[in-house]
Amino acid sequence: MENGLVVVENEICVSIAADHDVVAARQKGRAMALELGFSASDSTLLATAISELARNIVSYAGQGEIVLRATQNSGRPSVTVIARDDGPGIPSIEQALRDGYSTSGSLGLGLPGVRRLVDEFEITSEVGRGTTVTVHKWKG
Amino acid sequence: MEVPILKQGEILIATVQAALTDSDLLQLRRALVEKVAKARARAIIIDLTAMDVMDSFASRTMREVAHMIRLRGAETVIVGIQPDVAFAMVQLGLSMGGVTTALDLEEGLEYLHRKFRTI
Repeated sequence: MENGLVVVENEICVSIAADHDVVAARQKGRAMALELGFSASDSTLLATAISELARNIVSYAGQGEIVLRATQNSGRPSVTVIARDDGPGIPSIEQALRDGYSTSGSLGLGLPGVRRLVDEFEITSEVGRGTTVTVHKWKG
Repeated sequence: MEVPILKQGEILIATVQAALTDSDLLQLRRALVEKVAKARARAIIIDLTAMDVMDSFASRTMREVAHMIRLRGAETVIVGIQPDVAFAMVQLGLSMGGVTTALDLEEGLEYLHRKFRTI
């Protein structure tokens, strides 16, 4: 991340426990991006990433939360999404991030796809403790 | 949110009105597979114009619908996928497989009418 003045303009936390929360999280994320001046196309990319991350929480952990943070970084807007759960964790992150482990939407976490939708992607996971995925998208 | 399914001649038309949850998508899949035989339809059109996001689950469910409908002896045409949604689907690495798509409802109907005339 760049150095400079980082101003958090807005932060929303969405509890994720059921499939309607997945829709709520992505709609709030899209609204936040549009409010920051993101293009419709970039807002849809972000909303799609949020949808995937939120569904992973419902499918694999049962519940968790998604934090949406609107930030001005030296005047440049961005949205940070933090998807957090206390679920079973991911035994092999390397494998989970490999394309093919999860393409076609049939099995797996879809994380390689999510990584392509955003500008920055970070994951930490501990078996038995949970997973946190943090993604970042800049206004184009 | 339940998706209304209308019958127009030999075609069933399902028009998505708003963002669908996973259970809405599964409910739509079940309704279409049941109705296609009951209505003796030869084809279904699913209009996704109002769908805000097509993520892995939505794409997979649509592919499954098309496959099930084919096994029931009819055809599926997906219409109305918006440009931004299509862009995100490709970035995510999703495809609609061999499912027929058309720009909008009008094009989808025209495609099917043309096809049925020539059979």
